Amino acid sequence: METMTKSDLKEFRSETKRWLEENCPTSMRTPPKEFADLYWGGRNSTFSSEDQKNWFTKMLEKKWIVPYWDTQYGGGGLSPEENNILTQEMIRIGCRKPLFSFGISMLGPALHQFANKEQKMRFLPDITSGKTWWCQGYSEPNAGSDLAGLQTKAEDKGDHYLVSGSKVWTSYADKADWIFCLVRTDFEATKHNGISFLLIDMKSAGVSTRPIKLISGKSPFCETFFDGVKVPKENLIGTLNDGWTIAKYLLTHERQMIGGVGETDVRKAVHEIALENMPSKDGILSDSILRSEIAEIEMNDAVFEMTIQRITDEAKTGVNAGALSSFFKYYGTEQNVARMELISSITGTNGLLWESDNKDAVSVVRTFCRSKGNTIEGGTSEVQLGIISKRILNLPS
Amino acid sequence: MALIITEEQKLLRDSATEFLAMNAPIEQFRELRDDNYRAFDEGLWTKLVEMGWTALTIPEEFDGLEFGYTGLGQVLEEMGKNLTKAPLFSSIVLGATTLTESSNQELKAAWLTHLMDGTKRFAFALDEQTYFDPTSIATTAKKANNQYTLSGKKTMIIDGASADAFVVVAKTEDNEINLFLVEAKTAGISISTDVLLDAGTYASVTFDQVKVSEANRISTAGQGSNLLNQILNTACICLSAEMLGMVSEVFDQTIAYLKEREQFGKRIGTYQALQHRAAIMFSEIELCKSVVIKGLQAIDEKSEDLDQLASLAKAKLGKTIKLVTNEAMQMHGGIGVTDDVNIGFYFKRARVLQRLFGDYSYHLDRFARLNKY
Repeated sequence: METMTKSDLKEFRSETKRWLEENCPTSMRTPPKEFADLYWGGRNSTFSSEDQKNWFTKMLEKKWIVPYWDTQYGGGGLSPEENNILTQEMIRIGCRKPLFSFGISMLGPALHQFANKEQKMRFLPDITSGKTWWCQGYSEPNAGSDLAGLQTKAEDKGDHYLVSGSKVWTSYADKADWIFCLVRTDFEATKHNGISFLLIDMKSAGVSTRPIKLISGKSPFCETFFDGVKVPKENLIGTLNDGWTIAKYLLTHERQMIGGVGETDVRKAVHEIALENMPSKDGILSDSILRSEIAEIEMNDAVFEMTIQRITDEAKTGVNAGALSSFFKYYGTEQNVARMELISSITGTNGLLWESDNKDAVSVVRTFCRSKGNTIEGGTSEVQLGIISKRILNLPS
Repeated sequence: MALIITEEQKLLRDSATEFLAMNAPIEQFRELRDDNYRAFDEGLWTKLVEMGWTALTIPEEFDGLEFGYTGLGQVLEEMGKNLTKAPLFSSIVLGATTLTESSNQELKAAWLTHLMDGTKRFAFALDEQTYFDPTSIATTAKKANNQYTLSGKKTMIIDGASADAFVVVAKTEDNEINLFLVEAKTAGISISTDVLLDAGTYASVTFDQVKVSEANRISTAGQGSNLLNQILNTACICLSAEMLGMVSEVFDQTIAYLKEREQFGKRIGTYQALQHRAAIMFSEIELCKSVVIKGLQAIDEKSEDLDQLASLAKAKLGKTIKLVTNEAMQMHGGIGVTDDVNIGFYFKRARVLQRLFGDYSYHLDRFARLNKY
């Protein structure tokens, strides 16, 4: 790729600005409010409006569904600088993502890193075109924090693997077309060394799903069952029995996503919610105890954001920040849970409304309940603290 | 601006690490304390001046290095690690900053050179009561015939006993805050000292009808409060840099101890009860590093967010240094509460720094007020 000069980038920005202005419908420039506002692609997804369809189609034609992937996979082939500019310009006018996809954020990076040429050509273009909705099959009923203890087995039957077992916490498994799975291919080896990374078509005979209801109500989570499912051997990614390497690589991505790293902050400040809901005198909240709890949360939010910036800046100078994803996941989610608990208190009895016309209040209580899972999913806080103490502090085991 | 230090700042930091290991390691702190709480070593002060540390924040216009507070912060952090005792904070961070931030060119020309070459030292006289409250000042400055008469009592003056002059915060008759430069030998000044928990000597100074010339009023009319605010912001961030050094050092020593101390036939660092607490401290310290560099850069950039960043830094470091010094002591077990090891020095110094220029709750409250709630 040719190096872009500063003036080239300037031109790219103004051209991008013009194009987005022209092609992004006004209704696609508001924050998504409900599930229907997100388009996930795949055979089970429908557009909820003409605007949503148009926006997706325009971006697809422009190859900007995944703008930074190579053009041979249907990506836009943009350089990191160009991609940054595109992201900034989309955020500036509030464009929604045209496609929500674990294929882009999770499976794609792993395929780029570990799949062979043929597999890349087979799977990546269907991600960039939104044809395949991918879900993730990692955890099992008896392998949560101890993920490597997973027992779903894939037996070698010559030209295929025979998969039996079950997965849990598979988001949108009831809607997805394909699942990327960790399966056990060697029962003799030590637990980290007998795992493989397998792609399975959800239409295969023997696959079934059951939705999971959470304390917050309906959820995207499912249980997924594999009852003697035949999976072609060419669906194995990477080396047989070395799937843990891919799993670790992906978990790092996932932790950063859950920890909120790299997301734009559109939340209303906690103190603004407090001023709307609680008594105050001369602009000072009257409840001094809740007031200091709010200040503490906001202080830590502000300093955590600085920390994301500092570590990103350090990484650019070559400092290895890999192990710090556990710190981000730990701190970001603990902070989120504490924030939701506080917002719930601030809103008083409104913060208890479960079914009501007051949709905003209901959303607070549902989000509050949902947040309790943040410090569990993607590796519990305790698992993250264990990783920090072993990998960063090198404490003995 | 990227939240990392520049190559030049890193060089300065490395030279400070090396210099302090050679000239002012933690053992010197113990020696000074055991020598009847000696405030600092004059020989070391001369060397600090030769290192250029007193000139870092002084503008080139007055022959300073104009290297900035981010640079000075690196030095203060290293001094924190060693609990180095020197009047750098009192005379430069508080003293020289008062002049450089003021618009009084005559006083700058008269004093900055001497502050830089270390032959003269300032001390900052603000506190009057037990709880930090820079808005409630009872010391008065009454004007008559081109001179002011200062009356009042100041406490908690860092390095006050050996200062050549005091920066005194007083209220003029228009009820405005003003800052005055008062030489220590002026008639009507009496000084007493107390030793605090950190083995440091702090002065209380009584100003009894002390005459100060108009020329020695540092602040211009109506600007005293702003100048004071600027000095306090700078002080909070610089103290946070020093606390960050202390926190890092105590944490490193504690982690090393967890890896070496054996109980029940195992190294205590293998116990999850301690591992998780160590990891929590690690996380809090990561946050501390960010707010300190952000704050130091904000002083240099004259950022509009300085008020908020100063309170964030002082609150976050105050809270974290309490956590880390307490955990360090607990994890060291019995030896941690003896005077034979240095953990107690950090613990005691931490309590003093936590309270100087406003404690955790003071700055949490200020942060909330700045955000209008």
